[in-house]
Formats: sequence, structure tokens, C-alpha cells
Amino acid sequence: MGNRHPVPESEGNFPLWEYQESRENPGLASVRDRYGLWIDGKEVEPLTGKWFPSIEPATEDHLAMVAEAGAADVDRAVKSARAAAGDWAARPASDRAKLLFRIARLIQERSRELAVLDTRDGGKPIREARDVDLPLVAAHFFYHAGWADKLEYAFAGVEPRPLGVVGQVIPWNFPLLMAAWKIAPALATGNTVVLKPAETTPLSAMRLAELTADAGLPPGVLNVITGAGRTGADLVGHRGVDKVAFTGSTEVGKQIRRRLAGAGKSLTLELGGKGAHIVFEDAPMDQAVEGVVNGIFFNQGQVCCAGSRLLVQESVATEFVERLRRRLATLRVGDPLDKNTDVGAINSAAQLEKITGLVESGRKEGALIYQPACRLPDRGYWFPPTLFTEVSQSHRIAQEEIFGPVLSILTFRTPAEAVDRANNTPYGLASGVWTSKGSRILWMADRLASGVVWANTYNQFDPASPFGGVKESGFGREGGRHGLAAYLRGVG
Amino acid sequence: MRSVGPTDEVMVEQRVATLSTRSIKRESKMWALRTAIAMTDLTTLEGMDTIGKVRQLSYKAIRQDPTDPSIPSVAAVCVYPNLVGMAAEALSGSGVRVAAVSTYFPSGQAPLDLKVAETRRVVSDGAEEVDMVIDRGAFLAGDYRKVFEEVAAVREAAGEACLKVILETGELGSYDNVRKASMLAMAAGADFIKTSTGKVRPAATLPVTLVMLEAIRDFHRMSGRTVGMKPAGGIGAAKQAIKWLVVLNETLGLEWMTPQRFRFGASSLLNDLLMQIRWLNTGRYQSADYFTRA
Repeated sequence: MGNRHPVPESEGNFPLWEYQESRENPGLASVRDRYGLWIDGKEVEPLTGKWFPSIEPATEDHLAMVAEAGAADVDRAVKSARAAAGDWAARPASDRAKLLFRIARLIQERSRELAVLDTRDGGKPIREARDVDLPLVAAHFFYHAGWADKLEYAFAGVEPRPLGVVGQVIPWNFPLLMAAWKIAPALATGNTVVLKPAETTPLSAMRLAELTADAGLPPGVLNVITGAGRTGADLVGHRGVDKVAFTGSTEVGKQIRRRLAGAGKSLTLELGGKGAHIVFEDAPMDQAVEGVVNGIFFNQGQVCCAGSRLLVQESVATEFVERLRRRLATLRVGDPLDKNTDVGAINSAAQLEKITGLVESGRKEGALIYQPACRLPDRGYWFPPTLFTEVSQSHRIAQEEIFGPVLSILTFRTPAEAVDRANNTPYGLASGVWTSKGSRILWMADRLASGVVWANTYNQFDPASPFGGVKESGFGREGGRHGLAAYLRGVG
Repeated sequence: MRSVGPTDEVMVEQRVATLSTRSIKRESKMWALRTAIAMTDLTTLEGMDTIGKVRQLSYKAIRQDPTDPSIPSVAAVCVYPNLVGMAAEALSGSGVRVAAVSTYFPSGQAPLDLKVAETRRVVSDGAEEVDMVIDRGAFLAGDYRKVFEEVAAVREAAGEACLKVILETGELGSYDNVRKASMLAMAAGADFIKTSTGKVRPAATLPVTLVMLEAIRDFHRMSGRTVGMKPAGGIGAAKQAIKWLVVLNETLGLEWMTPQRFRFGASSLLNDLLMQIRWLNTGRYQSADYFTRA
């Protein structure tokens, strides 16, 4: 595979002190040869008799065989969740709180192991898995454990009741964190769950299922079934599912919404995005650079709220791009298990192909590409950090979600123009405003069609803060009281 | 001063937190430890300093570890004005430079003519480097002109000596002020900007250092002039020093990673650096008594 992406020499590079490799021990997480389905509190063989491989994207090595759930397996899982639903909802809420606290503590105790598992299975840098994903995973369980016996105080004047059985389908970019975002509020509110992790990153969800059993979660309250799109479709379409929660692409989200129309199921969708960083001339420049870098290269840009468009005020555009290039030269791309790696591997061959195709279209459409010189490993799925300048609104790279480490840079002249450009996309998930003028932050936040607006920062998450999109980025919120409402009957 | 531009503490602190997780091992670590020694301004600034103490410190500066002659000398020995002559004598011919604090260190609360006279005196007594303090009172009162003119006057009085300007960031109150004071000092002729006197807490912190390094980068971009950085006070462990070098590396790069452009103002740091070097060489920690205390 070698240098699939020839890297032009560039002025952004300057000599750096080289750090010797400091590799996290992959043996911290034991990976089994085969993973079955987690149904009714135990691991079972799939009725399909079929298995598929999970690949380590940094090496292309085969990591494990994973069960492929068919319609009959989905049915088993949903029935198990249904059978458990009555008891689970009827339990004293303090019992549910206690179990969720236990799960949270087990996650903390196992966090090094779980971080290594997500890094190996998904390709994300161990630094991010360890310092961002895992602390947030535990925080989501702690936060929702706290709510479990206080729901009546969250929603005044109504008696909150669970929806029943929840079918949840999650993506591969934050395997365990997305599982936590889905499972913790669903269980806290008294629902039972059938979760389908992404086919490229199923291992940490299977490990989490085992941990919930260790914590004493009753059989059937959490079921995990693995498989690809077909399995997900079987789950969301199953008649025994009362609510569907999906995080993934807008394309699949649309299919699910069509399929569920008139089915009487609740639905929340957290879909794609084309987030904009808006940098004004009075912004703290180096901190804005930091935020932009964090916004687009975090998790190799495979983030639904990635700030994949940079709108920079024309008066500082040249200077800002120069600062960005310089900063890019310090990004360390490579082995995700190296504790000093900033940008890891792309999740799969398919995703790499998609990124490569869109970047090619950017070149063809006339945008100028910049990539810092970086040596990419010979094997595995890699894409270097990439900037496009001279981008116009009509370029595909300014419109379509790339889901990779690729930033498209556009300019603007006035705040009104910045808002107009930022909103000129079918998506509306997240944006960042960079200015030292407080009143302008509020003015912009009022006008941006965006579920989240960050000011002078980016990618800040907290379980207490609701997250979700507008327009084609979906509906429903995760986190905070809004997130609880999405799993309760008779509120919101 | 408006053209200096703002900073923002959230991302400054986030950046530093990320860089603090860098894992520096084996050869990279050995290089960092040895480089940190060569960058150290071994300092004693106490009312109880004596000729004997300064002589001891000077010998330690030249040869820190009698069992390992390959370890480099420190960059300088930093003392009070009335001990400059003694230090110059003890360090003569060693390559270790003599640095003197000046301008009525640490408060700087004195008339300008006295500060200038003091600076002339330490240079004529043999100081090759002058560590001055800015007038924080004037700075906080918004009298930037006074701060600028004082630095410029001391710059002139220091002649050929290397001028390090202490901002005393622990008294400035905000990162925006740290950036402003950095720009002011550099524009007035500083060769180095330095965080602290060591007499005020907090002294050197990583976020303050990052803000100052970014100011150095921007000043270099605007003026073409290269200015050095000296964090001082509160850096006592090798592990901390390595974090500082990582922040330096990823902000200004290898070109700044020399004693000509970066110094640590420290006293207890040196022995921890030596202890870590011995650990890397032998795989064992030795008792603190195996490392000489000056």
C-alpha cells in the first residue's frame, strides 16, 4: 500500500525533536477468536451460523470473528428484551441507579483495557480513547445513574414512564461512547435495549455487555447483536421494538424514517454534519487554530460534528492558513497504539475509499490541496491531514460530508455573510464561532441553524449537555433532561 | 497595544493538557534530560546567600556529577548583584555564564536611574546576562509607555549582555496581559522573556509558557527578530522539565531547543535531572545523597 497518497513538500514543515515510539501494551485487552451474540444475559451462537471478520485498521490484520445476526436472531433478542421489560420497569428506580453506578465503576476500572480494545478495533489514537472516549463513557453512566430515581423531578407534573423495548443502532467512530450515549439513558428511564454496534467495531460493545452481567444487570435488559446494515434494518423494522434510536449517516437515517412512518414507533436520529468554524479577525488566532485542528483532525475527522468547513474572515485568511499549515506539520500520524499519535488510522477500507474519492473531486474541481509531509505506515488504512484552499460553496468538498481528516477553507467578509454561508448546507449539527467579542457570539448563535454552537472552543461534550442536530442532521437530543425525554412516555 | 491580539484560556489550557500527555521514553528522554541541564540557569537568590554559597554553586554548575564527566555544564549561574564578582571569578574560563538579577529585583519598585546604574554595575562586575524585572505596577495601571521605556533604558545600560526581561506573570492576572507584556518587552529589546522572579506564586506554569512562546513566534513573524524564553520558579522535577520541552518543541520547533534560546531558571531541578539520567543508564534510582548539593 505504501505511500498511496504522494505528499508534496511544503513550507509548513519545520524541524522537530523526534519522540521515540511509546506504545501502549496491546495485551491489556484480550481479544477472543470468536464473539457470539449477547442475548438474555449470555453469549450465544448465531442461528444464521454465519460469522464475519473484524479487521484492525492500523494493520489490516484479522482481529476476531464476529457473529452475524439474522432476522431470527434479532427476533430472539427483541423477545428477550420484551420479556425483561416488565420487571425492569417495575423495579425500584434506586435499584436501576445502583446497577448503573456499578457499571460506571466497572468501566472506570477497565478503562485501559476498553481503550485498547477501541483503538485496535477502530483505529483511533490511544490518547483519544484513553483521555476522551473512556472518561466520557463512564461519565454518561454516572450521570444517568443519578437521574434514574429522580425522573419525576426532571419533568414536573407528569409521571414519566418508559417506552418499552428500544432498538439502537450505532456507528463505528466512537464505538463504546456511542453505546454509552444510547444504553445509559435507556436503562435509567426503565427501558430494555437491543443494541447493534457497527460491523467494523463490535468488540467493545460485546465486552461492555459482559461487564453489565458482572455488575448484576438482569438477563434481557441489555442485548447486543452484531452484523451489518441488514441486521440493523431487521432490528429497526421489528414489530416488537417500541423506539428506534439511530446514529449514523443521513442516507440511512432517511431510509429508517421512511420505513418507520406510520409504524407507531418513537424515533430519534443523530445523523451527518458539515460543521463550520467561523473565525473572525478579532479571534485569538493560535487558540482558534487549535480549535480548528481539534475540530477536524480529532478521530481522523470521523466525527459527525466535525468542523469540516473553515469560514475565515478575508482580512486574516492568509495569516490564518499559514498558522494552520505550521500547526499541521506538528501532527503525528501513525500507529494508534503509540501514546504520542495524534492522528490514527481510517476505520475501514471502504471509508478510506470514500475519503480518497472526495479529495480527488476537490482536486479536479480546482481547489488547492495542502498536506504536510508525513510518513504513513506501509500497511493499514491511512489518510494524511489535508487542507483545501480556494474552495467555493459549489464544490462537493464544501457540501458533502467527507468523514475524514479533510478541511475545506472558505472566506467571508461580514458576519451576515458568514451566517449565510455556514447555513448554506442541508446539515445542521454543530458549528464553532471564534471571536473575542461576546455580543457577536450571541448574535451568531441566534442565527446559525445548528444543534450545537461552540464559542471559542470545539468538541466539548458533557453528559448534562444535550447534543443533536437540526435539518438533515436529525432530531432528538442525547444528554441532559432532553436526552431523558427521548426515552420516556408522556413527557417533552 | 490593540494590535497585539487576544488569547483565550480554554484552548490554551486544553492544548497544554494534551501536550502534557506526551510520553517521552528512552533515547528521546535521555536527550531531553541532557538538553535540560545545558539549558539550566542555576540560581540562588536568597537574602542568606554568601560568597561560600555562590562558590559552591559555581563549582556545581561546571561539574554536576563527579562520576559522569560526559554531562554538560549548565548554561549560567544566576545571582544577586553583590555576588556577581565572586561568581565571575569562580566560573572564569568554564564556559558557564554569569547572570545577575537587576533593576531592584524582585519588586522593581525603584526609580529608573537607580535601575540603570545597577545594571551598569553588574555588567562591569562581569555579568554576561542581566535578568531585569518589569514595573508591574506601571503595567497594571496601563502605563505601557513607562514599562517600554524602562526596558529600553536597561537594554541600553546592559550593553552587550544578554537581557532577560521578567514579566512576573503571577502578578499580571490574565493570559491577555501575559501576551501584552511579552510583546512590550520584546519590542523594547529583550533577548529573552522570562516568566517569574521565583518570589511570587504561581511562578512558571505551562499555559503561561505557551502564551509567551506564541508571542515569541508572532514577534519573530512580524519583526524577524529571535527572542528566547525562560520559565523560572516552580520547575523542580525532571518530569516537569520534559513537559516544558515538549511544549517548546511543538510550538517553536527544534530551532529553539538550545541554551541560546531557552533556559530553565531553577535550583533543585538539576539534581532530579541527574538522578533520572542515572536511572536511564543503570535502571536503578539512587538515594538523593549520591547527588551533590551545592
